[in-house]
Amino acid sequence: MITAGVDIGAKTVKMVILKDGVNIGQALITAGYDVQRSLKEGWKEGLFTAGIEMNQIDRIMATGTGKKEATMAHDQVTEISAAAKGSVFLDKQIRTVIDVGAEEARVIKINAVGRVVDFAINEKCAAGTGAFTEAMARALEVTLEELGPLSLKSTQAVAMNAQCAVFAESELVSLVHAKTPKADMARAVHDAIADRIVSMVRRVGMEKEVLLIGGMAKNVGFVASLKRELETEIFTPDQSEFVSALGAALIAAGK
Amino acid sequence: MIANFGFKDGSGEFFISLDTDKCNGCGDCIPACPGSIFEVRDEDPNDPFREIPVAAVKESERRKIKYTCGLCKPVSDHPPLPCVGACKAGAIAHSW
Amino acid sequence: MPQEFWRWIESRWTAPDKEWRSAKVITAGVDVGSVSSQAVVMTDGELYAYSNMRTGSDSPNSATNAMNRALEGTGLTLDKIQYTVGTGYGRVNVPFSQRAITEIACHGRGANFLYGPTVRTVLDMGGQDCKAIHIDEKGKVTNFLMNDKCAAGTGRGMEVFADLLGISINEIGDLSLKVEEEPPPVSSTCVVFAKSEASGLLREGWPKEKVIAAYSSAMAHRVVSLLERIGVEPDFAITGGIAKNVGVVSRLEKELNIKALTPKYDTQIAGAVGAALFARELVEKGK
Ligand code: SF4
Ligand code: SF4
Repeated sequence: MITAGVDIGAKTVKMVILKDGVNIGQALITAGYDVQRSLKEGWKEGLFTAGIEMNQIDRIMATGTGKKEATMAHDQVTEISAAAKGSVFLDKQIRTVIDVGAEEARVIKINAVGRVVDFAINEKCAAGTGAFTEAMARALEVTLEELGPLSLKSTQAVAMNAQCAVFAESELVSLVHAKTPKADMARAVHDAIADRIVSMVRRVGMEKEVLLIGGMAKNVGFVASLKRELETEIFTPDQSEFVSALGAALIAAGK
Repeated sequence: MIANFGFKDGSGEFFISLDTDKCNGCGDCIPACPGSIFEVRDEDPNDPFREIPVAAVKESERRKIKYTCGLCKPVSDHPPLPCVGACKAGAIAHSW
Repeated sequence: MPQEFWRWIESRWTAPDKEWRSAKVITAGVDVGSVSSQAVVMTDGELYAYSNMRTGSDSPNSATNAMNRALEGTGLTLDKIQYTVGTGYGRVNVPFSQRAITEIACHGRGANFLYGPTVRTVLDMGGQDCKAIHIDEKGKVTNFLMNDKCAAGTGRGMEVFADLLGISINEIGDLSLKVEEEPPPVSSTCVVFAKSEASGLLREGWPKEKVIAAYSSAMAHRVVSLLERIGVEPDFAITGGIAKNVGVVSRLEKELNIKALTPKYDTQIAGAVGAALFARELVEKGK
């Protein structure tokens, strides 16, 4: 059986195509403001890598905040279920999943049989999501890709008082004027998000093992801050952005 | 006076209200709170002619209470809050 | 990338019919906000002079500048002022003040003086915060909240939009009223997300006035929900910089179904007026 999962996030569209539980194709498209176009592009790429045609896919499952846009999908599944499913598939030991995307963050607690027992979501405020790093990179005049590695060079923690992305941006601008080293500010940025995520983790109650997924899992600076604050090892899958799409494809296959 | 400390942001409203007419400044809330967010001041900066001490949420904590109070608010359970329980005068309430 | 915040016109005023030399008690209030600073001088509990200036990079200087400007041309000097109260975000940094009182208490008191004893609800929308205050007939605060965590619902949020659209903050209010039909409000509260939403709308071909109308009504809606937490009771007064934005004020009035009282003076001086009134009371109590 061939199934597909499509995850429509705020910034990217991801898809995973499975044949009998094996990944045969995937795609990640940076969603422009035209989601339909990104979907079309995504399918083209995904189907090409899988070497199949659209009509060969038996079942398509959509997830993500924009899941309603996926008109070709047979059904929808919540972001929580998809993330949990994908995570457990990757590693059965996972009990806590932290999913930090561009505009949302989630912490999910899973029991020994892979069922979701609790979750917390942060949405609608940029301060606890990837959007925060994006705004801060702009203030520091570095690219988003540079921000993570930069923060690892920090020698001294600086405090950031602002809790809001908008106020934090101006705070960073004045810190730049005060000649604060950029590496220290980059670390402060990641510490700030990690703080907010940690409080969500505490609310659901952390159990090991811990998996970090979503776009922010690729940010080494954030991963370091999170590890430091949670005082535990955190696993990050190689293709952290695809975990939810994978989960959706697995659910489509009835797994 | 009802003093609401906290904030509203895109994700919701998070306020701790202190009824300063009920608060006698005893300070029982301070050790009860694992997040150490309370303080008692001799003068109420919001009410310059008040004669007795009054509790408040520390200035540095006001913008973070959603995160700090997460300690006492597990998602699927609603245990009694330590601060609310510690205040014999019944001056403390949470909006969320 | 230096950031320019509010660019309200600075102002100053002296009572045409008063003479400080014949006054018994001269007090002052200085409100050092994040964006603008005001100094108010009162003679025997009446308004004598005030100034409204931009806040500079440090609070003590801003306080001194505002005070000097208020005193300009009056012949009155600092040493003749018996008591000065500092308020606002920089209240502890007013070098010549004897005491600091929060802007909550001062706004309540000031609104009572400026708008009369019937005022019960005061909304102050500043550059970086938003306050909702319920007061009694004496101007004493009975319920309040202050939101300074989130940029939504503050002048700063509006500034982000002014920048995005390339229009001056002074024109935004009028412009937002130039729409034939009221568009649906921007759906995100968060300024960061609202900004990307607005960029999308601009790309879709929405004219600037429609985008700013959509944001102004979202902002009004947000403030209404804050006000509801303390309970909205007439009369209603709006102070602070946003009070000068007709686009937000008119939408707020419509949603609340209450007209805000029309100010006689600069809407930004309420905090400093309250501070000067407290100063007088403190002189009388010998504190
Ligand atoms: S809920 Fe807990 S952390 Fe929050 S104020 Fe009360 S005791 Fe403190
Ligand atoms: S404006 Fe700031 S605090 Fe408000 S919702 Fe956005 S990021 Fe959060």
